[in-house]
Amino acid sequence: MAHESNYHPTSRFGKWMDERLPVARLVHGSFVDFPTPRNLNYLWTFGGILSFCLAAQILTGLVLAMHYQPSGAEAFNSVEHIRRDVNYGYMIRNFHAVGASMFFIAVYIHIFRGLYYGSYKAPREVLWILGVLIFLVMMATAFMGYALPWGQMSFWGVTVITNLFSSLDGIIPGLGTAIVEWLWGGYSVSGTTLNRFFSLHYLLPFVIAGLVILHIWALHVAGQNNPTGLDIRTKADSVPMFPHAVAKDAVGLFAFLLLFAWFAFVMPDYLGHADNYIEANPLVTPPHIVPEWYFLPFYAILRAIPSKLGGVIAMFSAIAILVFVPWLDTSRVRSSKYRPIYKWFFWLFAFSCLALGYLGAMPAEGVYVFWARVFTFYYFAHFLLVMPIVGLIETPHRLPRSIAESVLGSGGAATPVTAAAAPEKR
Amino acid sequence: MSFDLAYLEADVASHADDEPTRRDFLVIAGNAFAAVGAAATLWPFVAQMNPDASTQALASTEIDLAPVQEGQAITAMWRGKPVFIRNRTKEEIAKAEEVKGDQVPDNSARNDLLPEETPADDINRVKEGKANWLVLVGICTHLGCIPKGQSMGDEKGEYGGWFCPCHGSHYDTSGRIRKGPAPRNLEVPPYAFISDTKIKIG
Repeated sequence: MAHESNYHPTSRFGKWMDERLPVARLVHGSFVDFPTPRNLNYLWTFGGILSFCLAAQILTGLVLAMHYQPSGAEAFNSVEHIRRDVNYGYMIRNFHAVGASMFFIAVYIHIFRGLYYGSYKAPREVLWILGVLIFLVMMATAFMGYALPWGQMSFWGVTVITNLFSSLDGIIPGLGTAIVEWLWGGYSVSGTTLNRFFSLHYLLPFVIAGLVILHIWALHVAGQNNPTGLDIRTKADSVPMFPHAVAKDAVGLFAFLLLFAWFAFVMPDYLGHADNYIEANPLVTPPHIVPEWYFLPFYAILRAIPSKLGGVIAMFSAIAILVFVPWLDTSRVRSSKYRPIYKWFFWLFAFSCLALGYLGAMPAEGVYVFWARVFTFYYFAHFLLVMPIVGLIETPHRLPRSIAESVLGSGGAATPVTAAAAPEKR
Repeated sequence: MSFDLAYLEADVASHADDEPTRRDFLVIAGNAFAAVGAAATLWPFVAQMNPDASTQALASTEIDLAPVQEGQAITAMWRGKPVFIRNRTKEEIAKAEEVKGDQVPDNSARNDLLPEETPADDINRVKEGKANWLVLVGICTHLGCIPKGQSMGDEKGEYGGWFCPCHGSHYDTSGRIRKGPAPRNLEVPPYAFISDTKIKIG
């Protein structure tokens, strides 16, 4: 959000540097003096939490890569070696494995926050699309990372998911097989596949980091959305990011870290699968292959469609459709807080996603398939029918006149200076 | 500077009467060469991902069938994939022959040595005079799991062949898909009998 810089270097070095490479000015303008809406709630702390998650995954991953052997013969043993022999290896490995799950918990909350408060609406479309791209690369990174311990679930998860591309044989015979063999570097999943997945798993987090920089840049051009969905218009609507938003982010982050630590130290394997402690065996398929929990809703959609190619198309569409959300939602009001009808559909959608997650973990038979189809239908109907239609027919509640009014009551906007100077009196 | 201006004017003038100039030709030809060069440089980086020479060298394997009794099955490895070899019983053969290709969902023999449009009759999925030997790539055509049905105690599915536990595909005693999400019959790999009891796959 464009605002006048009030960075004034005091030291001689600061002044000297400011005329040559004004990094401090950039940081000051973007993260210290940056105007944040004064009504942000704790759901807005997840951007900071996600930045922490990315940094933590890169740091712990860097350490694990120093001890891990990316070969079919050694991978499984080297992970056990990390857990048993390497100093603090068990801990760093748990941080990394649990960290992946925590990353997805945070990203799902972040996405649903954006959906509820209409954070994708103009002028934040590019910001939103960058977020969808980050989500996509995150999923690719997590998928390849899950292959690395080279247990039974690693191996068969890779087999099942890479085989999705063989469905392209249904369009051009031979194309799918050629792509799958190209991905594998052989005629089946092997150590060769593991080795390239390791290389890409190391690369993609840096791609994510680059996308995150663009995401934050786009955020700082448009300015943050907030629970009212209104724009910042007067000085009374905002507070400087430091210390207000930074302090709130810190509280949110530490609460999140409590949960993180609980999983990492008390039940590190709770979110994983026991079969992954059996070394990969290309001759035996585990009786029930399930992906990691964060992929389950998409896995349920894949299995709900009774055709191989159709299932694959539906699964990828479930993510791709997010790109079009800014144009599918026809409402003039951003925040669902003021949308009496859409609000209920939002919660129905959230329930559908949870239900699909549950169904993805169940065997694909009987009543589970039926419900997976029902919720898959609603998943797409929410975007393609509910978003365009409800936006047109709904009468939103009256919006507050400004962010300040929503916080301070109708008298607040008239006395912006004192209110901003003493926010603790709110 | 004056030289540059003269050049520019000449350029503008030539565009005015839409005559391609020598410069247009050079720009297009130059860019085209650069594009071809870029693609040629990119290709090795794409192709290095394909199966390498050592992987392709393992492309054939010989298996002795003498110890496999009627009703038994063995699993061999070929190109890193499991190959199911079953010595079928009389009833299993009869059941497989009774159901013709046009009665199953995928009416293609899926025999690598026969054209794709060959009907999925049992006779097209075995060698002539060796109807008891059924040789299949043991990978479910849905998403690549290994179907059950090789060991004695395994569930063999509703049609007595193989059953894939991942997403519930049932294969019959000819390895043809009969029920479930798999789109194709189990593949018959290219193989030949090199003696009465020995086969070479690949």
